[in-house]
Amino acid sequence: MRAVTGSGPRGRRRAAAGLLYASPTLVMVVTFFVVPLGLVGWMSLHRWPLLGTPTINAPDNYTAATGDSLLRSATWFTVKYTLVVTPLLFCLALAMALLVQHRRRGTGVVRTAFLLPMAVGFASASVLFLGLLSDEIGPVTGALTRLGLVDGYVSWVSGSPGSALGASVVLVLWRFGGFMMLLFLVGLQAIPTEVYEAARLDGASRRQILFRITLPLLRPTLALVLTLIVTGSLLAFDQFWILTRGGPDNSTTSLVMVVYRNAFVRFDLGSAAAVSILLLAGLLAINVVQLGVLRRRSR
Amino acid sequence: MRGPTRARGTRVRAARAAAVAISLVLVTAGCGGGSGEAAPTGDGRSSSATAAVDDGTTLTMWTRAGTEALSRAYVDAYNATHRNQVRLTGYPNEEYPAKLASAAGARALPDLFAADVVFAPQYAAEGLWQDLTDRLATTGLADRLAPGHVRAGTWEGRGYAVPHVIDLSVMFYDRKLFTRAGLDPDKPPVSLGEFAEAARAVGRLGGGVHGTYFGGNCGGCVEFTFWPSVWASGGTVLAPDGRSSTIASRQMADVFSLYRALYQEGVAAPASKDEAGPTWLAALKGGKVGIAPGPSAWLDLIEKAGVDVGVAAIPGLDGGESTFVGGDAVGIGATSAHAAQAWDFVAWTLSDAAQVEVVAKGKGVPVRTDLAVNAYSSADPRLVTINTIAAKGQTPYARNFNASFNDPQSPWLRAVRGALFGDAPAALAEGDAAITASLRQQ
Repeated sequence: MRAVTGSGPRGRRRAAAGLLYASPTLVMVVTFFVVPLGLVGWMSLHRWPLLGTPTINAPDNYTAATGDSLLRSATWFTVKYTLVVTPLLFCLALAMALLVQHRRRGTGVVRTAFLLPMAVGFASASVLFLGLLSDEIGPVTGALTRLGLVDGYVSWVSGSPGSALGASVVLVLWRFGGFMMLLFLVGLQAIPTEVYEAARLDGASRRQILFRITLPLLRPTLALVLTLIVTGSLLAFDQFWILTRGGPDNSTTSLVMVVYRNAFVRFDLGSAAAVSILLLAGLLAINVVQLGVLRRRSR
Repeated sequence: MRGPTRARGTRVRAARAAAVAISLVLVTAGCGGGSGEAAPTGDGRSSSATAAVDDGTTLTMWTRAGTEALSRAYVDAYNATHRNQVRLTGYPNEEYPAKLASAAGARALPDLFAADVVFAPQYAAEGLWQDLTDRLATTGLADRLAPGHVRAGTWEGRGYAVPHVIDLSVMFYDRKLFTRAGLDPDKPPVSLGEFAEAARAVGRLGGGVHGTYFGGNCGGCVEFTFWPSVWASGGTVLAPDGRSSTIASRQMADVFSLYRALYQEGVAAPASKDEAGPTWLAALKGGKVGIAPGPSAWLDLIEKAGVDVGVAAIPGLDGGESTFVGGDAVGIGATSAHAAQAWDFVAWTLSDAAQVEVVAKGKGVPVRTDLAVNAYSSADPRLVTINTIAAKGQTPYARNFNASFNDPQSPWLRAVRGALFGDAPAALAEGDAAITASLRQQ
């Protein structure tokens, strides 16, 4: 540590070299993260027209947000969606990873099959589901009708709030299950095989190995996956924008859709920026608590 | 030392997660707002220089996919006869307002852009188009253009857009299904009651045939097809200044009640409840719907699909007729540096040559009221019907029209869903208050 931070010509030279190495990243972070963040914060304090001069109206954009009923319902829906998707996606991905953890005949094919949906862009996947679930052109309703599971016309994406949410959740599980499995797989393969061998020699059962060895040693990966799922769910947009359009009756309108509506339908960029800042604050708080809890448990 | 190290680690991870979150929020929020400078409207130069210039400039033009065909016909005809060349790009209807907003924020609007006429007051108010008042005055055509469209492009007494495409809501009916159902295909319904009875008669044919169809999950579709019945019955939907809703009226309730009954009886196709717009045309040209209101611009498409289609006016509850005079208005982008050249194109689209040889020839409705009767319309009685209806229609005017009525999260769509499939009286009363609040939102 002294060599890097120490005083003297050599220390200063090393510090300068370190800064030089970091500068490309620094420039990127400042340009694409710090500056836009500052701009969004600044916009949230203004009435900001598409063209023309912004005027300060703080704290109007924030006080207006508190009285917005659509924002309230979107907040509740986004939280509900996160609470539904997080355990489902987490358990599915972990189960898939445990299933293909060891090399056996056919494992490669199964791993590839699990990962394939990742190759489809999320927006494309949403359009794909829209087509598959369509009563007019999709095969799903017809297949279920032949199996006797449904009768007559069924609208999966806008028939009821439950079916719209269900369709979106299935889409997310299909699209992201493989990616989360990949993260778990990396974590699982980082656990030394000697630990498992020692446990087996000590007579540990499969259940004991899972809960006493695998999951504790997988904690950093668990934290990463949970953070990604929760963050992604709170920022959900594509699946609802394309699949359900936020309906029926605004029942699947997410927070980011409200940001989009304020910015691109109402052209109220200040209000959109304020909702973004509030969402960001919420995300930060949730991530800090989440990571804090996971870190404490790993001690 | 482990505690602080862990705390630092936690902070770093939290910061990383937050960075991802912030980036995503910023991307979706479209953080590329303007720099705060006044828009280069070009008026300082163009307000005095109103001449049109055809000097071989390449102009960019945007429009929405829904009306792109006619815009392209205009562009092709113009490019073939002028030195200026217009490059047209069409965008999906739903994404088009966002595309324009992003371009405006980046000060990169095209030289010309057309937009849904009901959104024109908002774009004019936001300064997305250049002021055309003086230029339009030089043409002498101002009082011969579709008045609803001209008003839609006007903000605070100045004109920013002119009519480009006229799309009317009309009643389409399948003449073959009418005959099979024992109805006279030459006598379309003249009241909403007769429309319902005709739909019921066709609906009784069975075999996958339904009496009618509507976009029950699409605010824009419902306003386009239901409001004419309200207007024809003497009702209103908006205060003249576009700042108050008047949907909680007897006429509106009765119109919704009629369509609600048709849905509950199974006369309207079940998919009507979920129709958000994308499959509306497919349903009407499938030959399985007896009678349904829809956009006049689809006449050709429905006919080409093999349907022997008749056209009638949308009637009121007890007679009368009206239409929603929709379509697109076009103007010169506020950030364009080629205003004189762009005006050459706009002025040409209003000429006799363009309106008769491009619009009327393609079975469209001329934006010039003095050209409603022309050589092409006279050859097809259905086009005479459409052009005659145009004079009886309305174009609603409100700055916050999109947020209040067309957007999927609009209070109007919520009211529509309640009125058609839920607690109808409460839906219209609550919707009336919510829409008024939305219309007045600054």
